[in-house]
Amino acid sequence: MPIKMSHSSFPEEVLEHVFSFLISDKDKNSVSLVCKSWYEIERWCRKRVFVGNCYAVNPLIMTQRFPDLRSVELKGKPHFADFNLVPDGWGGCVFPWIVSMARAYPFLEEIRLKRMVVSDEGLELISTSFKNFKVLVLAACEGFSTDGLAAIAANCRNLNVLDLRECEVEDLSGHWLSHFPDNFTSLVSLNIACLGSEVSYSALERLVTRCPNLRTLRLNRAVPLEKLPNLLRRAPQLVEFGTGAFSAEVRSDVFSTLTEAFSGCKQLKGLSGLWDVVPAYLPAISSVCPALTSLNLSYATIQSPDLVKLVSQCPNLKRLWVLDYIEDFGLQVIASSCKDLEELRVFPSDPFVAEPNVSLTEQGLVSVSEGCPKLQSVLYFCRQMTNAALVTIARNRPNFIRFRLCIIEPRAPDYVTLEPLDTGFGAIVENCKELRRLSLSGLLTDRVFESIGKHAKKLDMLSIAFAGDSDLGLHHVLSGCDSLRKLEIRDCPFGDKALLANASKLETMRSLWMSSCAVSFRACKLLGQKLPRLNVEVIDERGPPDSRPESCPVERLYIYRTIAGPRFDTPGFVWTMEDDA
Amino acid sequence: MENSGSDAKEKNMLFKSKESYVKYADEAEVELGLGLSLGVGQYSRIVKEKEFIDDHSTKSCSSSSSSSSSGTKRGADSVSPPCSGVSSQVVGWPPIRAYRMNSLTNHAKPPISEEFSSSVEKHETGNNIEKSKKTTNEKRLVSSSLLVKVNMDGHAIGRKVDVNAHGSYEALAKTLDDMFHKPNTTMTAKRRLNSEVQGGIMGLLDGSSDFVLTYEDKDGDWMLVGDVPWEMFLNSVKRLRIMKTSGANGLGPRCQERRGSQRIQPI
Repeated sequence: MPIKMSHSSFPEEVLEHVFSFLISDKDKNSVSLVCKSWYEIERWCRKRVFVGNCYAVNPLIMTQRFPDLRSVELKGKPHFADFNLVPDGWGGCVFPWIVSMARAYPFLEEIRLKRMVVSDEGLELISTSFKNFKVLVLAACEGFSTDGLAAIAANCRNLNVLDLRECEVEDLSGHWLSHFPDNFTSLVSLNIACLGSEVSYSALERLVTRCPNLRTLRLNRAVPLEKLPNLLRRAPQLVEFGTGAFSAEVRSDVFSTLTEAFSGCKQLKGLSGLWDVVPAYLPAISSVCPALTSLNLSYATIQSPDLVKLVSQCPNLKRLWVLDYIEDFGLQVIASSCKDLEELRVFPSDPFVAEPNVSLTEQGLVSVSEGCPKLQSVLYFCRQMTNAALVTIARNRPNFIRFRLCIIEPRAPDYVTLEPLDTGFGAIVENCKELRRLSLSGLLTDRVFESIGKHAKKLDMLSIAFAGDSDLGLHHVLSGCDSLRKLEIRDCPFGDKALLANASKLETMRSLWMSSCAVSFRACKLLGQKLPRLNVEVIDERGPPDSRPESCPVERLYIYRTIAGPRFDTPGFVWTMEDDA
Repeated sequence: MENSGSDAKEKNMLFKSKESYVKYADEAEVELGLGLSLGVGQYSRIVKEKEFIDDHSTKSCSSSSSSSSSGTKRGADSVSPPCSGVSSQVVGWPPIRAYRMNSLTNHAKPPISEEFSSSVEKHETGNNIEKSKKTTNEKRLVSSSLLVKVNMDGHAIGRKVDVNAHGSYEALAKTLDDMFHKPNTTMTAKRRLNSEVQGGIMGLLDGSSDFVLTYEDKDGDWMLVGDVPWEMFLNSVKRLRIMKTSGANGLGPRCQERRGSQRIQPI
């Protein structure tokens, strides 16, 4: 690139150097808007791009603007796809992106994908297109098999990270792991927890042995407990470790080798896996517990008292994921022993039954809100809640950033007063001024949305289900939440009025999802016509929406802003509303 | 439980009627709101009925009012059976990722099989994970397990067992023995070498124990477990109860004379 004087007194090189200190994408984007020459300089030196919605742009736009990327992150399907609300085949296919990037970025090093459809062909193309490829993170992705993984293993000579987070992988065999060549030593992070098949233990052991920089190793359930000591002994430098099934016939020799192996891991900070735990083996990890800052027991079927004993040995936890076997009592113990706790997730062990199988109530959440001063992120599944408890929680912890409460029964009221939980959630948004993410549940009227619109000024993402009375509720949210970027709604009586009255708001957001609500096809068409910078997708499995009256509500609606226009890969059950009348 | 539910719903309707809707609520919205208060699933039914109606708004209003009144009955129905739980009928609720669901489903199997698995069984576990994954690829999440409540005389807290995860009465009895033999231990397998196990509730099926295993069938009758073929049992079992033999009302241990299926006095 020739050095030339720009209109300012700084040569481009200097500006480029200055821009290299900018870390956040937001700042880089701002810098690009200052003037044309800054836009030009910035786009040439940008190395990393995050695309929150793969349909908001297209590969051509990206490769034309940024000629020299090293790291790309893409997100595909809307969040509610996690809960089977987005029909299969909706979209989010990454292959066209890989083709473009293979052409444009021979030096690409990192690809991170979330909720995208990845094929074996795509993985093979990745493995052969980028000589210096280092990082592949696939979160909640699907569409590929272990054959694709074999290609990655065989061809990516400099791979550092292979992280498969909760992907749906067609598991043909565990043989793919053996495709890492014998002279491959660069692995830093390997997460295969979501795979079903057994991998060859000897291949795994050899791989672990020859990769001295391995920091994260998350095994799958199929790796038996007896194999752990060998692996741990070969990788005592591990910082994060995920076991397989933590069960075996109780034998003292197995126990002592396991204990010894764990005690050799002096750097271990994070522990996960722990499927099918046999409590007799838990003491084997006692030596690492005091150093743990992250513990994922959300697949561990241990119950009190073993569970409580375990967490009480981990006073330095910052992050704890656990099943509701922890119960109120266990949370009380956590409240008194884990003073550094920042993130807590409590998952239900038996979500499909209305009656409680464990003694976990609103009290547990109250306890941790009282006892853990740094707690800022909560995901809590429970079966009962009161306004009083929520008010207490809000007052205890005004520093919440993420608050996701799931009361299992839809529209469950305050179980003591039988009132809606408007007051409680209202207290949350009123007190927690930095709240960025909120998920509501329980019986809620429009009043809670009034509170949210009034107070939740930093709210970035809101999830609503089975709540509200009328369009007024949605109107409060759209008109009041200044920072709102992602709104997802299901089974609420919100219709046309609020959307049409706040149509321009939609252009300031990344996306809006509404399913089983009351938005008519007519309103969708209108939005599509009036707002050309939005894609208004009607997702309806009952056939073409114009075969029904215009006033008919659509099954699902997905609206997102885009500079790429309507997408070309819509399946038969998705209609993008036209821009022109 | 059901009563408080419908009371709450009634209260909710009263509460809402006091609200003033003025700007954004027209008649249609109010009716939809009322429809919604009657219970989960009502809303989607109202929407479906509207589909087939003329697009004239007054007509839609009247049809939604008729569906909301018929919805009253549906609301009541959906509240009554406590075991099924309304939430299990709704797609994608509670909001738990499919990946996590698989692990829960697999967890419902008796832990004893995990403890003593050889590598062969471990591989089967892997296959089972695959099968469950394929199941959850369907749009409506259908659990492949059949969880029924189990209560034991003398134990305050009931448990749940996945009857589908067992292949036979013997396997089920074994699981129940594990679950209830030592009420204070966790729900995982115990050492087989522990001789205490022998004298516990083992022998539920052959009458050698102090307890008998009974079940409530589809008709609400309580029967002794073991009389009918296993598949038939799976189709009709609603819940289980481990009773002290003294409570079996004169029927006595199963090994004594029997005439066809035996009925026990309901509790």
